[in-house]
Amino acid sequence: MQSAFSLSFSQSSLTPPNRPLCSSNAAPRNLRFCGLRREAFGFSPSKQLTSCRFQIKSRRIEVSAAASGNGAPSKKSFDYDLVIIGAGVGGHGAALHAVEKGLKTAIIEGDVVGGTCVNRGCVPSKALLAVSGRMRELQNEHHMKSFGLQVSAAGYDRQGVADHASNLATKIRNNLTNSMKALGVDILTGFGSVLGPQKVKYGKDNVITAKDIIIATGSVPFVPKGIEVDGKTVITSDHALKLESVPDWIAIVGSGYIGLEFSDVYTALGSEVTFIEALDQLMPGFDPEISKLAQRVLINPRKIDYHTGVFASKITPAKDGRPVMIELIDAKTKEHKDTLEVDAALIATGRAPFTNGLGLENINVATQRGFIPVDERMRVIDGNGKLVPNLYCIGDANGKLMLAHAASAQGISVVEQVTGRDHVLNHLSIPAACFTHPEISMVGLTEPQAREKAEKEGFKVSIAKTSFKANTKALAENEGEGLAKMIYRPDNGEILGVHIFGLHAADLIHEASNAIALGTRIQDIKLAVHAHPTLSEVVDELFKAAKVESPASTTPQSVKAAV
Amino acid sequence: MALSSSSFLSTPSLSNSKSTISFASSVSPAPIPSLRRVVFRPASSHRRAMTVRSKIREIFMPALSSTMTEGKIVSWLKTEGEKLAKGQSVVVVESDKADMDVETFYDGYLAAIVVGEGETAPVGAAIGLLAETEAEIEEAKSKAASKSSSAPPVVPSPPPATSSPAPAISQPAPVAAVSDGPRKTVATPYAKKLAKQHKVDIGSIAGTGPFGRITASDVEAAAGIAPSVSQPPPPPPPAAAAAAPTATVKAAATSSPPLLPDSSVVPFTAMQSAVSKNMIESLSVPTFRVGYPVNTDALDALYEKVKPKGVTMTALLAKAAGMALAQHPVVNASCKDGKSFSYNSNINIAVAVAINGGLITPVLQDADKLDLYLLSQKWKELVGKARSKQLQPHEYNSGTFTLSNLGMFGVDRFDAILPPGQGAIMAVGASKPTVVADKDGFFSVKNKMLVNVTADHRIVYGADLAAFLQTFAKIVENPDSLTL
Repeated sequence: MQSAFSLSFSQSSLTPPNRPLCSSNAAPRNLRFCGLRREAFGFSPSKQLTSCRFQIKSRRIEVSAAASGNGAPSKKSFDYDLVIIGAGVGGHGAALHAVEKGLKTAIIEGDVVGGTCVNRGCVPSKALLAVSGRMRELQNEHHMKSFGLQVSAAGYDRQGVADHASNLATKIRNNLTNSMKALGVDILTGFGSVLGPQKVKYGKDNVITAKDIIIATGSVPFVPKGIEVDGKTVITSDHALKLESVPDWIAIVGSGYIGLEFSDVYTALGSEVTFIEALDQLMPGFDPEISKLAQRVLINPRKIDYHTGVFASKITPAKDGRPVMIELIDAKTKEHKDTLEVDAALIATGRAPFTNGLGLENINVATQRGFIPVDERMRVIDGNGKLVPNLYCIGDANGKLMLAHAASAQGISVVEQVTGRDHVLNHLSIPAACFTHPEISMVGLTEPQAREKAEKEGFKVSIAKTSFKANTKALAENEGEGLAKMIYRPDNGEILGVHIFGLHAADLIHEASNAIALGTRIQDIKLAVHAHPTLSEVVDELFKAAKVESPASTTPQSVKAAV
Repeated sequence: MALSSSSFLSTPSLSNSKSTISFASSVSPAPIPSLRRVVFRPASSHRRAMTVRSKIREIFMPALSSTMTEGKIVSWLKTEGEKLAKGQSVVVVESDKADMDVETFYDGYLAAIVVGEGETAPVGAAIGLLAETEAEIEEAKSKAASKSSSAPPVVPSPPPATSSPAPAISQPAPVAAVSDGPRKTVATPYAKKLAKQHKVDIGSIAGTGPFGRITASDVEAAAGIAPSVSQPPPPPPPAAAAAAPTATVKAAATSSPPLLPDSSVVPFTAMQSAVSKNMIESLSVPTFRVGYPVNTDALDALYEKVKPKGVTMTALLAKAAGMALAQHPVVNASCKDGKSFSYNSNINIAVAVAINGGLITPVLQDADKLDLYLLSQKWKELVGKARSKQLQPHEYNSGTFTLSNLGMFGVDRFDAILPPGQGAIMAVGASKPTVVADKDGFFSVKNKMLVNVTADHRIVYGADLAAFLQTFAKIVENPDSLTL
């Protein structure tokens, strides 16, 4: 699983912090103003802040490094209520929610704010995919003709495309930084590590204490051994997003989300692509029916071929007038199968947790293949299988579900817990999407997973399907290719999984993921109204096509099930 | 609100867990198929000669919905010769509503594919042959061959799920012979696809791509087809084109020199292709050129006067040319076949306009008859349409004479290429103050403009053109008639 997903951030989430110690005599609005003023004028507390002044002073004595105020630590013995190591999307989501809950929060970042998603992942890749989508459309003469449009040959400027991606990353990074600054989250610069219980070091030798600590250090591209990455002809997604070249022929190792999205970009820009997949079929991890259809649309008609069931055991960058050489061995027998000569190779074999140098040995935590073991509440488990008090790990570093928005959801869940409300995140309600053209999205179980579960637990499973070919809006766009599929329980109407392949699938999935998260049953949601003509009717049709034995509840709310 | 319209687009009822369709074989008396499971029962073998005991079954295009009349083969999931087990998906068929897997109802071998991927067949037509035993495959194939004499060609099936690499043929690659020893064939993904599509043996192609690899254009060259539009070769150099204007694209492509490193190939737009074609065609017409200086003092004065009324210089020149052409119909004639020529009943002046990324010639029809103001108005309309690419064909291809003006750039003279199908084209330079001596030896400064007409010498001779230019000059020098 990889984290090629996007989240968007807007300033609208700047909820005024609600600080318990000041709340009796200062309105939240004043407090927010206080935060802004402090940011603008450094440390001089102004007269307006009388009600809070004592606190701020006392904190200044304790925390010389803190740059601004976002609340006061609940207990005087700690510098912060919450310290988050890593300012990626997960850390950011946790920080925002923590401030909203009145926690004094700091976030430590050793690199740039935004982490993988914003700087080297979902965000810049969406910029490239936006370009590839348009190129694809403009180059498709048949498609244009069917609209009655005449377009002369479409071309592109590589640097212009690359600039669009880097500009977008910069913009989103600034949005993220500003949203935290505006709320008064302390952004501490330097690599963070855990010194001991409730104690964190960052930078060279700054030590702070916190009541609770969240590790959110994320991941880096995983490069299997034998592969030499030179950043020019053998690259990872980090390099590919800079789009420094568009090779004539690129091999993509791995056909998961990252590989698929890049194949979409490269083929739209004129490259030919060869997939190398270790498993027996392309696009493992997707519902088989979806991946079959996706292969029919995203792979077969394009300038793509593939080798499945093989490992790239050795990849040598182009040098001395030789192309990139890729040794393929059989995934099972390990016998040499073939040698490929291509212009470039993109390693998209997944991502490895970035947990080195975190000081985990100080608290007796052993990583598993680099991942930090956690329980369902993201509490870190130590080498003896015991919970480490006040220490949490979210996002790619725990490996539960390596998606930006999953990290953020996990962070919010942790903040809920440390502020006194028990919360367990339902990972089956977290949607995922792959932004090819058309898009693929999913939530919950695949059909084989659902059937396995049904067999074990003894319930029946039914499938409902609808085609984009029957949707007015999709046909108006000449984009009738696509399928939506729902796996559900016919006895009680529970949605087990929804998989969509088609125009704007990534935007369509949320009706299903919300239904799963809230426990809404099909017999109730099928009565909801969808605007006509919209793509959302594809999902509407899905609900309506389902045959559920239970009657609709009288009020939709009454069927809320435990999540 | 068109809310009710959605009911027209009923979704196929795919809600059952099994969405595949089974076919058996042989013809069935067109049953109304159930959507859930289409089963074609084999009819008894009375259709075949009784002596033939073979069990070769035909695979038919199933009816996947009540409205389906024909289906498109999306992909064959099995290759020819592959063993099939009852219940396996064999082919994916696209109906008017959805794509569906079609599964076999018999064990056997897929002997032949009659309708290839991407092709369509009417419901009930044989799309493939199923042999019961391996021995019957050959027989089935010959059957398929005779069957498809008029039918679309058999297309090899798609790569199997575990795709094997391109056949490693250990013959020395002809081009990369510089390298040591035999090399294996390296072909790009698209080259392999094309080779399969056009049934070209990829091992027999010499690769000309980087590192001697076989590229899509190598396969296209081997298959003898024009390169695809998306990747055309660099435009043929004019010299080659002039020497052999009717040369095929292929020949031109092979004669073009290799690209310099770092140069980029930009495919022609539709407009550029059209211009290119016309220009090559023009080389088959014998042309000659005659120049003439025209005094424009009076025209300039008139222009100043009528400019506020929306009259453009283009309209003035077109009107003048139109009036001159009316007196010299041979210059407005056209010779299309080289054996005869025709006088055109209308005087339609095409005016060359540079638009973003191209050149187009909107036509002022009946330029001699329309008055100057109508002509100006018409011109504005045409230019607007040209910019927005809205010109109708008759608005750019009905010209009988062309006017090309580069005077606004300060060009003092140039000559134009005669567009095929027209008798003459006039190239107008800038009007400039020029010292002239009159017959009495007095010097004066007059605005002079050089016009240069290119004409088809098969129909227009030097004297014709000279007389036409004289008339044109007179009209321009005494422009009052233009406003009448």
